[in-house]
Amino acid sequence: MIIGLGHYLTVAAILFTLGIFGIFLNRKNVIIILMSIELILLAVNINLVAFSTHLGDIVGQIYALLVLTVAAAEAAIGLAILVVFYRSRGSIAVEDINLMKG
Amino acid sequence: MYQAIVFLPLLGAILAGIIALAGARTRFPGKGPVAGAEDTAVDHGPHHGVPEVQGSGVIHSSHHEEEAREPAAAGSRTAELITTTLLMICMVLSWIAFVDVGFAHHDARVPVFTWMSAGDLKVDWSLRIDTLTAVMLVVVNTISAFVHLYSIGYMREDPYRPRFFGYLSMFTFAMLMLVTADNLVQLFFGWEGVGLASYLLIGYWYHKPEANAAAIKAFIVNRVGDFGFALGIFAVFMLTGAIDLDTVFAQAPSLTGKTINFFGWQADALTLTCLLLFMGAMGKSAQFLLHTWLPDAMEGPTPVSALIHAATMVTAGVFMVARLSPLFELAPHAQTFVTFIGATTAFFAATIGLVQNDIKRIVAYSTCSQLGYMFVAMGVGAYSVGMFHLFTHAFFKALLFLGSGSVITAMHHEQDIQKMGGLKDRIPYTYVVMLIGTLALTGFPLTAGYFSKDAIIEAAFVGKNPMALYAFICTVAAAMLTSFYSWRLIFKTFHGEPHDRRHWREAHESPMVMLIPLGFLAAGSVLAGLPFKEIFAGHGVEGFFRESLTFAKTNHVLEDIHHVPLYVAILPTAMMLIGFFVAWHFYLRRPDIPVELARQHDWLYRFLLNKWYFDELYDLIFVKPTIRLGRLLWKGGDGWLIDGFGPDGISARVLDVTRNVVRLQTGYLYHYAFAMLIGAAAFITWFMFATGTH
Amino acid sequence: MIVALFFYLFAGICVGSAFMVIAARNPVHSVLYLILAFVNAAGLFVMMGAEFLAMILIVVYVGAVAVLFLFVVMMLDVDFAELKQGALQYLPIGMLIGGIFLAELVLVVGAWAIGSGVPQAITSPIPAKIPNTEAIGLVLYTRYVYFFQAAGIILLVAMIGAIVLTLHHRTRVRRQDIAAQVTRTPAASIEIVKVRPGQGWGGNP
Repeated sequence: MIIGLGHYLTVAAILFTLGIFGIFLNRKNVIIILMSIELILLAVNINLVAFSTHLGDIVGQIYALLVLTVAAAEAAIGLAILVVFYRSRGSIAVEDINLMKG
Repeated sequence: MYQAIVFLPLLGAILAGIIALAGARTRFPGKGPVAGAEDTAVDHGPHHGVPEVQGSGVIHSSHHEEEAREPAAAGSRTAELITTTLLMICMVLSWIAFVDVGFAHHDARVPVFTWMSAGDLKVDWSLRIDTLTAVMLVVVNTISAFVHLYSIGYMREDPYRPRFFGYLSMFTFAMLMLVTADNLVQLFFGWEGVGLASYLLIGYWYHKPEANAAAIKAFIVNRVGDFGFALGIFAVFMLTGAIDLDTVFAQAPSLTGKTINFFGWQADALTLTCLLLFMGAMGKSAQFLLHTWLPDAMEGPTPVSALIHAATMVTAGVFMVARLSPLFELAPHAQTFVTFIGATTAFFAATIGLVQNDIKRIVAYSTCSQLGYMFVAMGVGAYSVGMFHLFTHAFFKALLFLGSGSVITAMHHEQDIQKMGGLKDRIPYTYVVMLIGTLALTGFPLTAGYFSKDAIIEAAFVGKNPMALYAFICTVAAAMLTSFYSWRLIFKTFHGEPHDRRHWREAHESPMVMLIPLGFLAAGSVLAGLPFKEIFAGHGVEGFFRESLTFAKTNHVLEDIHHVPLYVAILPTAMMLIGFFVAWHFYLRRPDIPVELARQHDWLYRFLLNKWYFDELYDLIFVKPTIRLGRLLWKGGDGWLIDGFGPDGISARVLDVTRNVVRLQTGYLYHYAFAMLIGAAAFITWFMFATGTH
Repeated sequence: MIVALFFYLFAGICVGSAFMVIAARNPVHSVLYLILAFVNAAGLFVMMGAEFLAMILIVVYVGAVAVLFLFVVMMLDVDFAELKQGALQYLPIGMLIGGIFLAELVLVVGAWAIGSGVPQAITSPIPAKIPNTEAIGLVLYTRYVYFFQAAGIILLVAMIGAIVLTLHHRTRVRRQDIAAQVTRTPAASIEIVKVRPGQGWGGNP
C-alpha cells in the first residue's frame, strides 16, 4: 500500500501523545519530563518533514532544522538547571518539588 | 415688647451656653474625659439602667454634691447674673403685658418671620398675645425668674453652673414659645423644646446613673404622649387644611359630625382629634397612665423640680387644652374622657402621696394630683377656673418645692422625712413659708388655693359631663388626702423629735438669695387668690378672657358655680379640716398609730408605697418585650440575617471559595501541565465542533 | 511493498520505544530507549527523502542531546523508581484526556484536505535531481541566512547559560597561578635573618 502523508502524521500524533503522557503521568523524576519534551519535539519534526516532502516545499525541512537547534539548546539548559537543582535540594523526585504549593 | 419677653431668655441661654462651652474647653482641652470626673459619682448600690427605679422607701440623697472637689467653672457668676437679670426683666415686662392685655384689651399678633411656604401651606412664625397667653407669660416668667434667683444660692457648690443656667433659660424660652404659639406646629416646637430641656435638666447630674435613667424615662414617656399629639396635629391638618389657630378655630364649628376613618372604624372627627391632642397633654402633664416619669424626675436639682415639674412644663398640657377650647367645646366625648382622667389622677396620685418618705416625691405626687384637678375643670368646661388653679398652683407649688429645697440644704442634702424632725426652731423662716404653702395647697380659706380649688370642686358638682359626678367625688376625696399628706410632711419635718441629731444641730437657714424668692412666692400664694377670683372664676371672665377661651352656648358652668348648695361650698373646707386633724392625731399625738396601721395593712401600704405597682406593670408589658424585641432584631435580624447574608456572609463565602481554589495550587509541575493539557483538549474540541471545521 | 514494510518497522519500533521511555523503571534504560526512538525516526526521515535531516538527527540528537541526558542521569545517581501508588489514581483521567487528544488528532488527519491555493504558495520548491543536502544549502544560506545566524546565537547563549548555571567554583582547590610564580622576586619570597649563635632567631616562624 502506498504510505501517504496520513501515515506519517499518525505516527507523529502518537509520538506527541506519548510525550504528553510522559509529562504528567510520571512520578519518578524530572529527567523523564525532559525526555518527554524531546519526544514532543521529535513528533513535530516528523510532521514538518512529512508536509515538506508531500508538498514539495523545502521550507519545512529548514524549519525542522531550526527546531532541532532549539531543542538541543533547550535540553542543555534544562539539564543544567536540573543539575543545579539537584545540588541544592539533593533529590529530583517529582513529588518533592512542591515549594510553590498554595 | 413681646419679642423681648420671648427672646431675652434665649439670649441668656445662648450666652450661658457659650460660657459653659468655653469653660469646658479650657477644663478639658480635647483629650477625652478627665479621670477626676468620676469622683463625683457615689456608689448607690446595684441599680439597673432600665428606667424604673424601685422607690420602695429608698431615698436617693444627693450626697455627692458635697464631695465635688472640682473648682467652679469659669464664668459661673457671670452666667448666673446675666440669665437671672434677663429673666427679671422678662418678669416685669410680662406683668406689664398682663395688665395691658388683660385689662386694657390690647391683644396683639406679632409676626416674627415666615416659616413654611410649601404649596398651599403658608405658615408664619408669629406671637399670639391674648389674655390666655398673658396669664401664662406671667406664670412662666415669674416662677422662672424666682427659680433663677433661688438657684444662685442652691447651686452655689455646683461646679457646672453656666450649663445649669443655660438650660434653665433655654427651657424658659421654649415654654414661652409654646404659650405664644400662633399655630400648632409652633406649639409643638415649644412642646418638644420643654421636653428636651426637661431631659437635660433631670439628667443634669449625669454622673448618677439614676439621673440618667430618670431623664430617659421622662423623655420616653413624654414621647408616647407626643406621638398622640402629633397625630392630633395631623388630624387637624387633614380636616382643615391649615395649622394656624385662627383658621382652625374658624373652621371648627363646620367640622362637627364629620367622621374620620380610623383603623376601619368611622370615628367622629373632632372627638378623635381632641382625644389625640389630649394624649399629648396626658404625657406632658403626667396624668394617669403616663404619670410614671414625674416622681423619677425628682432626680434633678430642686429648682428644676420647682420650675419644670410644678409650675410650667407640666402645666403646658393644661394650657394646650385651654388654648384649644374651641375644639374641645365641640367634642363632648373628649371632654368626658378629660374629666375622667383628671379625676382619676387627682385621686390616685393623692393616695400614693400618703405614704411616700422622700420630701420631694410627696410634693411631686401632690403636683400630679393638682394637675388632675385642673383637667377636671377643663373637662367640665370651666376653662378659666382651670387656668385659675394653674395660676395659683404655680405659686404655692413652686413655694413648696423651693421650701423643700431649703430644708434639704439645711439638712445637708438629706431628703428622707423619716430622718428629719423638730426643724421649726432651727429654720423658722423656711418653716413659716412652708406653712403658708401648705395652707394654700390644702385650701385654707382666703389663701389662693382656697378660691381656685373650691371653684374646681363646685364646677365638678355642676358639670353636665357624664363623668362630672365621679369627678366631684374624686376631687373631694383627694382634697382630704391632700390635706393629710401635706400636714404629714409638715409635722414629720418640722415638729416632733429630731431623728438625726447631728444634722439637726448643723441645720441653718439658707442664704438670703434663696429666701427672697420664698418670700415672694409666699406672698403670691396668699395674694393670688382673692383679687383674681372675679376675673378667673367670677363674673369678669368674659371681659377678661374674651376670645382666648371659647365657651359653648350650652356651657353655663361658670354661672352655675355661684348657685351651688351650701354643703357643696363647705365640703372642701371640711375635708381639709378632717385631713388636718387626722394628720395631727397620727403624727403629733399618737405617732405609733401610723406604724401600727402600716403593719396591719401591710399589703395596702406596700401597694401605695410602690406607686400602685405601675412601674412594674409597665416594665412587664412594655419595657421587657421591647428589650426582647430589640435584642431579637439586633442579634437575629441585624446580626444573623443582614450581616450573615450580607457582608459577613459574602466575605465568608469568598474565603470558602478561595480555600477550595487554593487546593488547585499543589506546587507540582505535572499537575499544572495536566491542567494545561485539559484546557488545550477542551479548546480543540470546542474549536473543532463549534466552528464546524473538521 | 518494501516501503510499507520498512515504514511499519520504523514506525512501530519508534512508537514502542517512545512508550518505553516513559514506562521504564531504570532511567538509563529510558535514555537508551529515547536513543532508539531517535534512530528510528531518522530512518523514517530517510524514507521520506530528507536524508540530510536524518543524519543531523543522529548526530545532534543522539550524539549530543541523548548523550548529555545519559551523562546527567549517571551523574545524578538517580535511583530506580517504583511506580508510586498515587500515580494510579491519575491514570484513568490521564488516559481519557490523552485518548481524546489522540482521537482529535487522528480525526484531523483523516479529514483534512489540502487547500486549493497551496501549491502556488510554495515558496521554495524542491529542485529535482540534486541531493537533499544541496537543496537545503541552496535555501538556507541565501533566503534564511538570518535564521541560520540566529540559531547559532541561540546555541551560543545556551552554551554560556549552561556553563554559568553549573559552574561550581571550588574555593578549597589549590591551583597554580603561573604568572604569579614567574614574576616572584627574591625580595618578596625570602627574608634573611641574622641569627646569633646559641640564642635562637626570636622571630616569627
